[in-house]
Amino acid sequence: MPEIPAVAHERGHHHHHHPAALAHHFEDLGQQSEAATLGMWVFLVTEVLFFGGLFTAYSIYRAWYPDAFAVASHELDITLGATNTAVLITSSLTMALAVHAAQLGERGKVLIFLALTMVLGAAFLGIKSVEYYEKFVEHHVPGPNFQFDEKYFKNAQIFFSLYFVMTGLHALHMIIGLGIMTWMFIWSWNGTITREYSNPIEVSGLYWHFVDIVWIFLFPLLYLIGRHVHV
Amino acid sequence: MPSRTALLPPHHYLNDGYGITSWLLTRDHKRIALLYLAGVTFFFFVGGAFAVLIRLELATPAGDLVNDETYNKLFTMHGVMMVFFFLIPAIPSVLGNFLIPIMIGAKDLAFPKLNLASWYIYVIGSLFTLYAIVSGGLDTGWTFYTPFSTIASTSNVIPAALGIFITGFSSILTGLNFIVTIHRMRAPGLTWFRLPLFIWSHYATSLIMVLGTPVIAITIIMVAADRLFHFGIFDPAVGGDPVLFQHLFWFYSHPAVYIMILPAMGVISELVAAFCRKQVFGYTFVAFASLGIAVLGFLVWGHHMFVAGQSVYAALVFSILSFLVAIPSAVKVFNWTATMYKGSIAWETPMLYAIGFIGLFTIGGLTGLFLAAVGLDVHVTDTYFIVAHFHYIMVGGTIMAYLGGLHYWWPKISGRLYNERMAKVSAVIIFIGFNLTFFPQFLLGYLGMPRRYHAYPPEFQVLNVLSSAGASILGVGYLIPMVYLMWSLRYGKLAGSNPWGAVGLEWNTTSPPPTANFAETPIVTWAAYEYPTTVEGHVA
Repeated sequence: MPEIPAVAHERGHHHHHHPAALAHHFEDLGQQSEAATLGMWVFLVTEVLFFGGLFTAYSIYRAWYPDAFAVASHELDITLGATNTAVLITSSLTMALAVHAAQLGERGKVLIFLALTMVLGAAFLGIKSVEYYEKFVEHHVPGPNFQFDEKYFKNAQIFFSLYFVMTGLHALHMIIGLGIMTWMFIWSWNGTITREYSNPIEVSGLYWHFVDIVWIFLFPLLYLIGRHVHV
Repeated sequence: MPSRTALLPPHHYLNDGYGITSWLLTRDHKRIALLYLAGVTFFFFVGGAFAVLIRLELATPAGDLVNDETYNKLFTMHGVMMVFFFLIPAIPSVLGNFLIPIMIGAKDLAFPKLNLASWYIYVIGSLFTLYAIVSGGLDTGWTFYTPFSTIASTSNVIPAALGIFITGFSSILTGLNFIVTIHRMRAPGLTWFRLPLFIWSHYATSLIMVLGTPVIAITIIMVAADRLFHFGIFDPAVGGDPVLFQHLFWFYSHPAVYIMILPAMGVISELVAAFCRKQVFGYTFVAFASLGIAVLGFLVWGHHMFVAGQSVYAALVFSILSFLVAIPSAVKVFNWTATMYKGSIAWETPMLYAIGFIGLFTIGGLTGLFLAAVGLDVHVTDTYFIVAHFHYIMVGGTIMAYLGGLHYWWPKISGRLYNERMAKVSAVIIFIGFNLTFFPQFLLGYLGMPRRYHAYPPEFQVLNVLSSAGASILGVGYLIPMVYLMWSLRYGKLAGSNPWGAVGLEWNTTSPPPTANFAETPIVTWAAYEYPTTVEGHVA
């Protein structure tokens, strides 16, 4: 039976200082950062599958009811949707700039870019609320009060069901993202985030970009279908 | 290594703090494993209580003990409790949680706080489902088929489904934690092909957890939207498709079967190696067979829908793919058998469970091939043949392996030895009770007795009485370990660090292990299961 060589192990590091941010069960900050980054990537994979169920349902029903989907899509406000797309893409830019500033240890810039990211995220949610309110007023929320053109009444309801579930879950992810950004803002403010320990900002950035990408798929699939035909 | 000679180390994870908060706020994977042990044991007996009522009702042909609606609730709640709150978390969350960091020479999982959060999520989810049970029950079957679950059922669909939705995140986060831990936390020198097969099988399981569970989560959200807000995603009245629900449901729930069986296979690999004193035959094949099962498991969900109006061509493809799962499964069974061949087999309790597993899993797997064949499946769909098949996999497979693993690692977990004689007796009782319970159900199903009815024609009574009698034997078999394992905690002999003479990093630390698992981070220079090959017979 093999014996264990009783040798203390020191992975890669020559200096012996123990950074405050290092958790007890990791060898060094490098291993800790790698674990956190991989963890976020795996989490984003689960998110792909989570939204994947909805995209599956969307694909099937759009293939079955193309006309109803096109007509229902025309009821969405393309100006607000396009504006929100621009807002979100810009927020991804400010997020990327925050990550870059964090890696360089430029605390002031990190705080500014995180704040901008949060403002843009909040603006997205504000515009989304205006859209939801319009749909509510127009009786385009599925259920007993749903009203729509007689011809497409039935299947348009499925479009709006998917619209609300998909954009609603996306909005929920945005709200969670704003929570994470607030947390990162505090950590940057109180000096937890340093040039050596910028990984939390990078990992939060991965999440933010992912939520952005989901919208990049949602916008054309929900707002832009059948724009070239007049039904 | 001073710790190897001392029988009870002065400092270990169990005496590192005694208050209630030292448990409820712990980040130690070993203590969290014990929190899960308490949880899954509780739900095992809750689910078991419903099974008792089911078998009591079926002892007579007339529906005399409970009415049909109550019976619907009994089998639903038996399934929900057993599948989501016992079978899926049991081996990964208890044994996996306890052993994965130790087996790879790490101090803890990569995300200890997330690990604790996973347990709380599991508990909160279970509270919702328990609420659904005590406030009137659930009658949809554990499968929640639409449109019954979205429109027709008047039972507690929403709280039960919400509980399963929440608990799913416990599964996702546990899988995520395991994947990152196995990638990033291995001790120096512990390369992928030196890993114990228990780790490989948990890695494969974790892949299914993170890829499959989100799909059931989103499906439950759609069911909730339909039921609460009348959205109609699965409602034929507005053009929705109830069968889409079945696709999404089984996309998770078939791989979920492999969440239950893959960790069990990992346990069996450890047991067979330890009690045959041999390297597992075909290590690489067994390791890749785990990944093979995980991948193929995602491609076979349609075999649950052969009678759901699926096209003949789709059924054909799903049938062929389902047959393919037999290949990696058989690779494992043959390699365990080959490991036993000319092995120095020690007939201790865990090995009894391992041998029981191999036999019962083989029967369960082979009858699975009957069900993969479209023609035969149509004949036995929704009969007791199906019920017998999946109980051979889940009870004969997963629970046998879980108990085998619990007995094998109990001395490591508790630091104490249990009563070996009682343990052997109960293992045999469980094996006999199990077969008597479920083998007659194959015959009942083949003769045409449908599942999910509380009454049946009198000609089926003999086999049903046999099954109910077997269930009572099985129940006794499950209660005995509760007694002697609890007894061992106080009165059991001290185990020492390696009571079985097994290899593996977990046997190179004290029993119970220290909070940080090892005094020094081990450096691994050997392959898994390096038992000396020159020694005849038992290893000293």
